[in-house]
Parts: sequence; C-alpha cells; structure tokens
Amino acid sequence: MNIIELERVSKQYGSLKAVDNLSLSVQQGEVVSFLGPNGAGKTTTLSMMMGLASPTSGTVRVFGEDPRKTAVRSRMGVMLQESDLPGMLTVGELLDLFSSFYPHALEKKSALELADLSDQVNKKANTLSGGQKRRLIFALSIVGDPELIFLDEPTVAMDVQSRSSFWETIKNFRKQGKTIILTTHHLEEADALSDRIIVIDKGQIIAQGDKNQIKAKAGGSKVSFKTQGITLATLQALPGVSRASYSEGYAELISNTPEKLLQELFGYHVPVADLEVTRASLEEAFLSLTAKTPARQPVKN
Amino acid sequence: MTLTTAPLRKTNHRSSNLGMLLALSKTEIIKLFRNPAFIIATLALPIMFFAIFGIPNSKQSIGGVNAGAYMLISYCAYGLMTVCITSFGNSIANERGMGWNRILKVAPMPPILYFVAKTVAALAVGLLSMLSLTLFGSVVGGVSLEPILAITVFSKFLLAMITFIALGLAIGYNLSSTAAPAISNLVFLMMSFTSGLFVPLEVAPQFIRDIAPYMPAYHFAELGWMTLGSKPLADQMVHWLWLGGYLVLFLALAYRGYRRDEGKKS
Repeated sequence: MNIIELERVSKQYGSLKAVDNLSLSVQQGEVVSFLGPNGAGKTTTLSMMMGLASPTSGTVRVFGEDPRKTAVRSRMGVMLQESDLPGMLTVGELLDLFSSFYPHALEKKSALELADLSDQVNKKANTLSGGQKRRLIFALSIVGDPELIFLDEPTVAMDVQSRSSFWETIKNFRKQGKTIILTTHHLEEADALSDRIIVIDKGQIIAQGDKNQIKAKAGGSKVSFKTQGITLATLQALPGVSRASYSEGYAELISNTPEKLLQELFGYHVPVADLEVTRASLEEAFLSLTAKTPARQPVKN
Repeated sequence: MTLTTAPLRKTNHRSSNLGMLLALSKTEIIKLFRNPAFIIATLALPIMFFAIFGIPNSKQSIGGVNAGAYMLISYCAYGLMTVCITSFGNSIANERGMGWNRILKVAPMPPILYFVAKTVAALAVGLLSMLSLTLFGSVVGGVSLEPILAITVFSKFLLAMITFIALGLAIGYNLSSTAAPAISNLVFLMMSFTSGLFVPLEVAPQFIRDIAPYMPAYHFAELGWMTLGSKPLADQMVHWLWLGGYLVLFLALAYRGYRRDEGKKS
C-alpha cells in the first residue's frame, strides 16, 4: 500500500522552481532518505507531504488523502528542522499538551524513554542542551504513536552517543512497520537507516534506489593508490572515471569499471603503490551524482 | 536510550476538541504565570498604581462618584489591557518567530483552538487581576465595590476585552518579536494616558479630554465608570459601538498580517 503519493508535483516560489514536476511514491514500512545539496528542494518536498505547503501544480496524497486534513495529521508525526519551543514549559508539560492532540497517544513514560529524556521530565525547555532540545522535538513528533514519521535533519546538534541511540530507535520503529521519511546531511545516517535513498537536485529526482544501487549509479568503486609522473587530466581520462582527485602523489578515482581502469593505468608504466579498490561510500556516490565540488574530504573507508 | 523492543504503552484517552482546548488553555496560563514581567505588569502594577494614586483620593469624588472606586475601575481596565497586549501581542510575535506555530500547525489540532485557548487564558488571568485589585482595594485601601456592581463591571470588561485581544493579535501578526514589546508598550501607555486611566479626565488637561473620545481604551473604561454612576447607563450603547468598530479594524489588521505570515511559508 502506498502511504505517500506525489504526482507531477511542482512548487514555484516567485521565479524559483523549488520542486519541478516530481513524482514518487512511498510504501508502508519503508524508510526513505532524501539527499541533496542545500536548496535542492528537499525541505520543500517534505513540506508538501506534511501539508505545510501546497503544490503549485500536481497532487500530493498521504494515506490517500490531502495531508492538510486533520484525520491524516493524526496518523503522522513531524520533527521539523530549527523549531524552538516555548522555553517556560517543562518537557512533561509539552508532552502532555501534544498527547492531547492524538487519538491513540503513547503514555508519557514511553515517549520519554524513546527520546531518552526520562531524567529531564521536569526541566524547562529553555534549560535543555541543544541535543536534548532536538530529542524533545522528536518526543513530541512520536507521542501520537504515528504510522508515518517525518524527520527533517533529525540529528543536528546531537552528540555521537545520542545519535547512535537515536538510530537504534529509528531501526526499532522500522521493525514495527512504521514508515519513515528522513532528510539528512549526514550521509552515514542515510546509509545506516534507509531502505531507499532519493537524491534530489534542482527540484528533481536525479537518482533513487537502495544504497548499493545509488553507489553503483555513481560509479561503484573507489580506486586509490600512490603514484608519480602522471597528471590529473590523464587520471580523469581513465575508463569510467566519474570523479578524480590527485594531490601529493595520492590518487583517488571513482569509477564503475575499475578493472578496465587498472588495465589502462598499468599501460602508463608509472609506479603504483598501496593500491586499494573499495566500494565507493555513499558520500562519494552523492558527490559524483550532484557533481559538486566536495565540501570536505571524502570519508576514507 | 536503552530500549526497546518492549511494546509501547498507550494511553486510552480519545482526543477531543474540548480535551485539546483544556490542555492548550492550561499551557497558555502556565506560560503567562512563569513570565515575571507579565505578573508584575498585570497583577503588581495595577495594585501599585492604585495604592499611589487611588488610596490618597479615596475620600474625594469625581463626576459625582467616589474617586477611589472610580480609580479602582480605571486600574482594572488597565490590568485587562495589559493582559491582552502581553499575552496576545508579544507572545504571538515571539512564537511566530520561533517556529512553534509550525509545530502546532502540523499537529492534528484545529488552528482556531490556539486562539480560543489564548482567549480563555487571557480571560482567566484578567479576572484574577481584577479580583486581586478589588480585594486589595477593600482590605488595604478601604475602597469597596458593591458585589453586584463589581460583578456587572467585571462582566462588561471581560466582554469588551475582545477588542484589545484583537489589538494584541494585530500587533502579534504584524510586528517582529523584537519590535512587538516596544511598540505595544508605547501604544498601550499612550492609550492609557489619553483615555484617563492614569489621570481621571475630569482633572486632565484639555487636549487629553479632546483626544479621549477617539480612544478605544476610553470607551472601554467608560463602560466601567458609568456603571459606577458617573453617567446615565442609557448612553452605554455608544461605547459598545466604538469598541465594536475598533474590533473590526483590529481584526482586519490582524488578518492581513496573518495572511502575509502564512503566505511566506506556503
């Protein structure tokens, strides 16, 4: 059963087309991550699914209906990016308020445990740390025991420990058959959690599939080695290379035909040391797909 | 997070509009009471002003009625207006800036309940403000209102307060969270002065007496003063009409700001 359906959806802001004729569907129980550079249209796409924005053209259906309907909203939970809370209210008071909105809310104790906030129940929102605040917003998004959960950049401001236990919680929700839509800048997060990854750029889907498919699409393997007497241009011209870097004698190539690449490389008779062929990480795949200059060094596997 | 394949425990309550309204109202009241500036402005200041300006004049008379009672009613009106402007104007401007409204918007809660809850909270706190001032007046100041009279004045004020709630909404939806407190304080103080809330109009300079009949706060306070006997009650319709006119104006301004605010996000 399709939980979410977007049919030829566009969203225009003035002269900017934030989402351009985008169609997609999400099935029950799927965990789907949206990846894309800033301004690619991820948040706008999510806003339309949540019913916070309406499409300029096309249709958005959630549980087969308009997501702005109350009946639909009571089946979904939303964790928004950058949402502050009234600081004078305590964690427990905010949870009580939100649980009054839903027909089958969780007990406060359960919601607190899921968000790891049991010890903070009587703390006021403005005394929480950044990570605790994110977890409180998460708690509010799940207190209604939703079937569909939207998480927009959920682990921003969380420390490493909170993040990994947050991932465990999400994996658990997945086991319970909940449908989860995620946007993230942490590619490891998408890699660790999702069944399907949708890469968006300039308002359109440029690739989608499970993480291995995405990696394959982006050029499959990473070939790295030490060498000398060769230029970056030569490396870029090797078979199947979608991205190449070469500095201080260390070359890193992303290619979907690593065998052919190596054959031709050896034809140059240059010294090659510390040769490694690995599967490209998701981050490398992502960078190749969106063809952006890497914002930071690719993670080494 | 040490969980958890344990089954999640659910509550067995059903959500209802009344349940949501109660929870929202409770939240709004808690928010007001945890804001020291609000408590000072709505509970402490009216009492302080009454102690300074009202009690020393409690043996005098203004316009044929006891000056102490007259000023007690002035400061009741002052307290109610503060409640509206703080709990609607400043808090809406603030929450709008925070994105709290977006969180509420995606929740399965009819948006109108948010406003109804704020109104309930304002009425509750407004009533408390009037009761505490009246109690202070009779216990400390020796100025007491007849119970029936007090109930009549309170009821009229709580109804007429809707105009100032609309003014609060207009401020909240048209100004940023940094501009709102400054502008609303200015508007509010000027309006209190020019309406005879601080200095009774009988003894105020002529220009204030000229301005007052155009001020919503004047018509608001007059509803109370005339109930006390300063003027024939038959004239009260004029004041209700003025307040009704301002209500429409403020609601239109609030709606304009609200639409613009919504437009930005959708």
